[in-house]
Amino acid sequence: MARPRSSSPHTHSPRSTQWLMLQVLVATVPGLIVLTRLFGIGTLLNILIASVTAIVCEAAILKLRKRPIGFYLRDYSALVTAVLLGLALPPLAPWWLTVTGTAFAIIIAKHLYGGMGYNPFNPAMIGYVVLLISFPLQMSAWLAPAGLLTDGPPAAAPDFMTSLQIVFMGNSIDGFTAATPLDAFKHNSGLLVAQFYEQTPQFAQGHWAGFGWEWVNIAFLLGGIYLLARKVFTWHAPVGMLAGLSVMALFNYDGGSSTSHGSILFHLLSGATMFGAFFIVTDPVTSATSHRGRFIYGVMIGVIVFLIRSWGNYPDALAFAVLLMNFAAPFIDYYTPPRTYGHSKSGTIIHRSKED
Amino acid sequence: MSKIWDIHGGIHPAENKQQSLTGPLQAVSLPDSLILPLSQHIGVPASPVVSVGDKVLKGQLIAAAKGFVSAPVHAPSSGIISAIEERAVPHVSGMQAPCIVIETDGHDRWIEHSAIADYRKQTAAELVAIIRDAGITGLGGAGFPSAVKLQPQQAIDTLIINATECEPYITADDQLMRQRSADILIGIDILAHILGDPERVLIGIEDNKPEAQEALAKALADKSANRHGPVIDVVEFPTKYPSGGEKQLIQILTGKEVPSGKLPADLGIVCQNIGTTYAIYRAICHGEPLISRITTVTGKACNKPGNFEVLIGTPVAHLLEQAGFDDTLCPQLVMGGPMMGFALPSTAVPVVKATNCLLATTAEETPALPPAQACIRCGHCADVCPANLLPQQLYWHAQSRNYERLEAHHLGDCIECGACSYVCPSNIPLVQYYRAAKGEIRLINEEKQQSDRARIRFERHQARIEQEERDKAAKREARKLAAEAAKAKRETDAKTVSTDTKNASAEKGTSDLDVVQAAMARVAANKASPQDQRKRFERAIETTAARLAKAEQALEALMKDAKTDCTKEQLAQRDQQRASVEQARLRHQEAKNKLAALDADQASEQETEPALKANRSDDPALDRAATAIARAQKNAAEQALMSPQQKLQQLRDTLEKRLSKAQARLAQAKSEDSDQLEAFGNAVAILNEKIKAADLELAAFDQSRPPANKQTEKSEETQ
Repeated sequence: MARPRSSSPHTHSPRSTQWLMLQVLVATVPGLIVLTRLFGIGTLLNILIASVTAIVCEAAILKLRKRPIGFYLRDYSALVTAVLLGLALPPLAPWWLTVTGTAFAIIIAKHLYGGMGYNPFNPAMIGYVVLLISFPLQMSAWLAPAGLLTDGPPAAAPDFMTSLQIVFMGNSIDGFTAATPLDAFKHNSGLLVAQFYEQTPQFAQGHWAGFGWEWVNIAFLLGGIYLLARKVFTWHAPVGMLAGLSVMALFNYDGGSSTSHGSILFHLLSGATMFGAFFIVTDPVTSATSHRGRFIYGVMIGVIVFLIRSWGNYPDALAFAVLLMNFAAPFIDYYTPPRTYGHSKSGTIIHRSKED
Repeated sequence: MSKIWDIHGGIHPAENKQQSLTGPLQAVSLPDSLILPLSQHIGVPASPVVSVGDKVLKGQLIAAAKGFVSAPVHAPSSGIISAIEERAVPHVSGMQAPCIVIETDGHDRWIEHSAIADYRKQTAAELVAIIRDAGITGLGGAGFPSAVKLQPQQAIDTLIINATECEPYITADDQLMRQRSADILIGIDILAHILGDPERVLIGIEDNKPEAQEALAKALADKSANRHGPVIDVVEFPTKYPSGGEKQLIQILTGKEVPSGKLPADLGIVCQNIGTTYAIYRAICHGEPLISRITTVTGKACNKPGNFEVLIGTPVAHLLEQAGFDDTLCPQLVMGGPMMGFALPSTAVPVVKATNCLLATTAEETPALPPAQACIRCGHCADVCPANLLPQQLYWHAQSRNYERLEAHHLGDCIECGACSYVCPSNIPLVQYYRAAKGEIRLINEEKQQSDRARIRFERHQARIEQEERDKAAKREARKLAAEAAKAKRETDAKTVSTDTKNASAEKGTSDLDVVQAAMARVAANKASPQDQRKRFERAIETTAARLAKAEQALEALMKDAKTDCTKEQLAQRDQQRASVEQARLRHQEAKNKLAALDADQASEQETEPALKANRSDDPALDRAATAIARAQKNAAEQALMSPQQKLQQLRDTLEKRLSKAQARLAQAKSEDSDQLEAFGNAVAILNEKIKAADLELAAFDQSRPPANKQTEKSEETQ
């Protein structure tokens, strides 16, 4: 009797790509809860719109590419892209903004490069940057976190109907917006940091790095720790990024003068720092491959984030930093292969080739 | 307790070892026939020493080792040789290979055999010879002839006994240690004695075998045991796959890494499987060759899983039957463990020396792998790789067949443990890609070696042809210059002759002598070429012979060096060396052939009519020139006795003869458009001049003689 012959190994770990993707989705939950608590259902709407768009685009492209649709949809990678982009967009962004960004991410950034596993750039960040450059007004319209006391009554998240109207009917969002702490800090002119913190409600009412936003970052940090504990990724890239950012902040910290670039804590708990460190920088497809490589990749992202935050035109810089380092990932790979068992040096891939 | 080190990566698959450890070690009923492949080891297959119809006894040699890296095969039971033919063997391809088939007679009668009373009184060489003659190979899976590993040229300070058994399901070594620990320790003592009692003897064992460890500890504590060697240290370390890989075990126990392309012996380490030590004990202390082993039969498709002491050659179907195997439950039967074993194409294949496990799992136990998804570079493979490679990079480059990059990523250091495939969340069969790529690289390297050889041969051939062309051109040039010089001289001579014939006669003698000398020098120069060639060939024969001897020595040294279970690099090295021996032999033969061809050439040229071969090669023409010169010299001697007039007359006759010959050659050269045309033209011109001069001289002697240069004028017209 002829028996089927498969190649060894004949046993397999139960972890699958779907499982990994689901873990990432699960880990976004704390961040999502805090965002919703602060800004209402805007982020949920973003995620919903983005997810539907992503699945439709993915299915359409798979059909065009004559690939099994169900098989690829079940890897949840499109969903992860959609959720990450939905989290990154300002809550209550108009629906077409989300649709445009997601469609661009899935169709152009992912499938035109060969689909799952072949994209050199992080699709969610490509979608984000395309929107940021094309629609800067909508992309900078962040809501005031619920509970923030400004001149009038305390800010409250728009209710359900208002949210729907803003997203789908194009109603004005102006009454609800406020500068994010990063934005506010960037526009500090002439005040010492301590004075500035006192005078600006975003900081005066916060604990470490701006009212509301510090909790967003802490929530994403928790999600990241969960992923680390489940060994979905190693610590190298996220810790690298946080270290790069911290070291830059440390070296540029001047004790809080009027031209200060902000403290370490400010940078770590502001904007997209934690979200980026644990959900964007850790995207394995577009990062370097070895542990050393991933650490360097992370550090460089942290450094670039600081540079753009401090001297660039944008208040935050995660998407740009990630995309720039996506370019550099293959280059890093050439110089950071691990030392193979039985070899005295790790060398570089290029030099190894020349030796052979 | 010795210090232990950690290895990079590793995985913790479900162990599934308890199923086969419920009962004692079981015997297997004698099968009707035993199938013994001639190649159950790494190296040259054994060659049969029995023929069909022969009666053999248990333990009788039926196939002898052939060469240094080889192992003999013995009859596992008494019976009759029923066939020596191709049978299905345990190989993933389902291939057939030569086997000796024994119909057992049921008596199981032993051949006469004797034990060594006190192995400590034997020399290492004697013991190694017994181990080799007993057909013992590494029983851990690789099947490398054990005797080869026991003859290291390096000094050995550490003997490592591999009792790791890190693959899930397999418990053969565990069971062996539990039940025969005292014998194992004697086997280890024998090994220690052979290796000159190394400083350290370590048994490496995972912490999931406490019973086996206890049994070993108990046997070690037994002071009555007849052991004299160094202290044996049982080293426990945490269970992790693939700790049992030779390189990994060495790292765990010594903290050292076997350098890429080197052997453990280069670190002063010899590593042997614990099952092998038991086989060595049986061979030395009982005189029994390797005819049985312990094999685990397990998996949910067997209702009586366990460990079986089974005769080598027992059909797998027979062994499975003993374990209550249900074929309908088992989609895939694996020989070896789930990580590195291979799926058996049929149950008709026999158990061989390296068969440590038959794994008959149900579809539930080992579900078929879902189709592979895209690699997302998650890097889990790199995290678990014990060789610290970047498996996902290897995968990308294997897919794109970028062999250069694959080698830059050290594909050759992959031990194919399967940890990367095991963890891959996208279910990519990574190891299969590496195996395929390694095979392709091996083929490419072989082809490259062959084409390199061919290219070098071609280049040398081209160089020879070019050198010959250059030599020819140089000769032509020299002849042309000589001819011109001679012509110029002849003209001045002719002038002198016309004024003073007597002086002319004398001068002519000297000028003739000059020409002869010049010609002789030329001939000598030309002649040197074939001689040189001969010398060159002889030199080539000498050097190639020396090279051949050196290569053979190196090969022998390599063979002696051999002493690992994981010997892929080593084998490759040996193959390479073998190839270079073959190459050296070829070169040697080539050189000999060339010399023979040269000799034959020269012989045939001497036999052939010179005129026929005038344009074929320079060498025969040179020979002819040499004889012509000899003739001329003889004539000159005769001339000395003649009167001046006679001399002149004879000279003229000769010249005329030569002229007609030269004209004939010239005509031939013209018709064939030979590159010697010019030379022949010059020769005719010179001869014409000479004849003219001779005529003038003769005229001086005899005025009545009519000028006889009609022919010459004609020939001049033709020019």
